[in-house]
Amino acid sequence: MQETQYVKGKFVALEGDRVVAEVMRQINPDVVAAYPITPQTEVVQTFSEFVADGRVDTEFIAVESEHAAMSACIGASAAGARALTATCGAGLALMWEMLWCASGLRCPIAMAVVNRSLSAPLNILTDQTDMMGARDTGWIQIYAENHQEVYDNAIQAVRIAEHPDVVLPVMHGLAGFVLGHTLGRVEMLPDEVVKEFVGSYKPRYSLLDIEHPTTFGAYDHWDYFFEHKRQQWEGMNCALKVIAEVGEEYGKLTGRHYGLVEPYMLEDAEVAIVIIGSAAGAVRVAADQMRAQGVKAGMLKIRCFRPFPPSAVAGALKDKKAIAVMDRSSCFGAEGNPVFIEVCSSLFQRGIRAKVVDYTYGLGGRDTVPGEFCQVYRDLLQVVQTGVAEPVFRYLGLRDF
Amino acid sequence: MTIKLKDICNQQDRLAPGHRACTGCSETTIVRQVLQAINGPVVVATPTGCLEIITSPYPFTSWRVPWIHVAFESVASVLAGIETANRSLVKQGKIKDQDIHFVAFAGDGATYDIGLQFISGAIERGHKFLYICLNNEAYMNTGIQRSSATPQGAWTTTSPVGKVLPGKTQPRKDLTAIIAAHNIPYVAQAAPHAWRDLMTKVQKAVAADGPSFINVLSPCPRGWRYEPNETIAISRLAADSCVWPLYEVDHGSCRLNYKPSQRSPLIDWLKSQGRFGHLLRPENKPLVDELENWVANEWARLVKRCQ
Repeated sequence: MQETQYVKGKFVALEGDRVVAEVMRQINPDVVAAYPITPQTEVVQTFSEFVADGRVDTEFIAVESEHAAMSACIGASAAGARALTATCGAGLALMWEMLWCASGLRCPIAMAVVNRSLSAPLNILTDQTDMMGARDTGWIQIYAENHQEVYDNAIQAVRIAEHPDVVLPVMHGLAGFVLGHTLGRVEMLPDEVVKEFVGSYKPRYSLLDIEHPTTFGAYDHWDYFFEHKRQQWEGMNCALKVIAEVGEEYGKLTGRHYGLVEPYMLEDAEVAIVIIGSAAGAVRVAADQMRAQGVKAGMLKIRCFRPFPPSAVAGALKDKKAIAVMDRSSCFGAEGNPVFIEVCSSLFQRGIRAKVVDYTYGLGGRDTVPGEFCQVYRDLLQVVQTGVAEPVFRYLGLRDF
Repeated sequence: MTIKLKDICNQQDRLAPGHRACTGCSETTIVRQVLQAINGPVVVATPTGCLEIITSPYPFTSWRVPWIHVAFESVASVLAGIETANRSLVKQGKIKDQDIHFVAFAGDGATYDIGLQFISGAIERGHKFLYICLNNEAYMNTGIQRSSATPQGAWTTTSPVGKVLPGKTQPRKDLTAIIAAHNIPYVAQAAPHAWRDLMTKVQKAVAADGPSFINVLSPCPRGWRYEPNETIAISRLAADSCVWPLYEVDHGSCRLNYKPSQRSPLIDWLKSQGRFGHLLRPENKPLVDELENWVANEWARLVKRCQ
C-alpha cells in the first residue's frame, strides 16, 4: 500500500477510514490490537498493509475479537506502550466491560470509533448509538464533522489521553460510511510534525519495570474503591482544560483551532440547532438558507461529549429563544435522549429557562438533508411565536405508517 | 536443568506470605513452585478468581513481581498485549531486553469456559507466554459452581445432588487435548504433589520458543469437601487412580510422566471427597461403574497416544 505523502500546501482526497489509518501510521504507535468490522474494516486493513510494508515500527496484533483487542491494548498500555485501536457499533458493545477496565486502570489508549448503529434489527450504517451507549465508561469522547476533523482529532486524541493531568482513554468518533467510506478533502501534516506533536509516551508505571514491581488492578473494596473513582473524576474534569489547550496548540501549528464546542452563526441567532458529528455540515447549509430568508438561525456543534462542557454549552445558548437538540441515538424510556439531557441539565443548573425540543434523527444511517434542518428551524420559529414547545420529543425524517 | 531442593529453599518466594488463601489451598503452593522454577524476571497476569482476590486486596499485595489483573475472561489477551509491548519496545530500542518470562495463572472457569476463545486466539498467534491453569474443577471463588472442568458425578452448587439428578451429568472437557491441538511447542498436565515433575515442566515450557500451557490439578478442600491437611495426598491419589494423568506434549510428541504400578481403584478417589459422597449410595452403583469405565478408557487412549 502506497502511503499518502504530505505535499506542502496541497490537499489530498482520502476516505475517512483511510485518514484514521494514515494518522496511525504517522503516530507510529508501539502496539495496535484490532479486529475488522464494517464499516471500520478499512482502518485495520490499511494499517496492516503499512505493517506488512515496514512503514511503521508497530507490533500489530490481529486479535480474534474486539473484546480481545481492548484487553490486549490494556495489557500493552500497562506495559508502558502507546496502544491504539479502532472499532465500531457491535465491536464497541463487545468491548463494553473492557472500556471500564481501560479507564479504571488509567490506560491512555486512543481509539477511533467509526460510528455504527446497534442490532437488532441488523444495521451496519451510521448513528451514534454505539458511542452514546459508552458515554459513562470513563472514556473521553470527541466527534468529527468532516474528514479534516477526523485527521485532526485522531492526532489530538493521543495528546489528550496521555496528558499527565488526564491519563484516560479517548475515543474519537466519525460517521460510518458518511465519513468512513467517502472521499473528503484533508490537509495532512508532515510525518515528523505529527511525531513531534504527539511526542513520546512516558508511562508513570510499567509492568516491564522489573526493578520496581507494581501491582496493577488490585482487588478494591468498599474502603478504597470510591476514592479511586473520585480520582477518575478528577482526570475527567482536567480533560476539559486539556482538550481546549491541545486544540489551541494544534491551531497554532495548523491554523485549525479546536475547542470543546463550535458555534456557527450563533452569536445573534434567535433559534439554534445543537448537533454532534457529520450532520453538522447539513445544518450549516440550512442555517445559511434560513439566514438568506431573514431568519436568525444558528448552530452549536458539540465536539467534546465526554467530559461534557456545560459552561460552554449554556454560555452559547443562554439567550436563544428556542433550541432544537439533535440526537442521533435513542435512549429508550428516558426523559429525552443523551445530548438533550446534557444540554437541558447545563441550562437548568445555570438558571436558564429556554424552550428546548429534542429531535431524534438519522437512526440506522438514514440521511438527513439541509431541507429537513430548515424545517426544524421553521418549527423553532413556531415555538417562539406560540410560546409552546410541546411536543418536546420529536422525530426528524421518520415515516409515519 | 536439575532442580535441587536446597536451591529452592535458598530462593526468596516471589509470592509473599500473608495472603488470604483458605487453609489447605493448593493454588499458592503451585504458584510458588512455578515461579521458583523460572530463572530470571517474570511478569504475571491473573484473571478474576480465587488467586486474584487472595493476593491483591488493596492496599496490600502479595506479588513481589510485576502483576496485573484486568477481568475474568481475557487474561490471555492481556498477557498477549504485555508480551507484544515488550517485543515492540525492545525492538525499537526503547527498553533493554531483560529476557522476561510472561506467565498467566488462571482458574478452570477462566480457562475452560469464559476464556477459551481468548486463549485459543492468543496461542494461535504464537505469543510467547506460559499459561498455567489452576484447575480446581469448579468456580470456587463464587462458591463451587460447575464448570466444564467439573468431572461427571461431582456435586457442585449448580450441579446439585437432587431427587432425579446425581450431580454433574456430563464428563469434563479435555482441555489439555484442545490446547495441544493448536500445535503449540509445549503442553502438559501436572499436579502439586509431583513438584519436581511440575517444576521441570515449567522449565521446559519457558524454554520453548512459543506459547506453552500447563494444566495443573489444584485440589480445593472447600469445594471438594475434604480436610485441609489432605491436599497433597488427594493430589497424589488423582495421579494414582489415573483420574489426572501426568503427561506432556513436547513439540508434538506425547509422553507419560507417571505410570502407577497398579492403578488405584476409582472408588478410593470417590471416597476421599465429599463432593462424590452421594455416589457411594447403592442406587448410584451403575454410575460409578460408568465412571470407572470412562477413566479406564481415557487412560488407555492416553497410553496409546504416548507409545
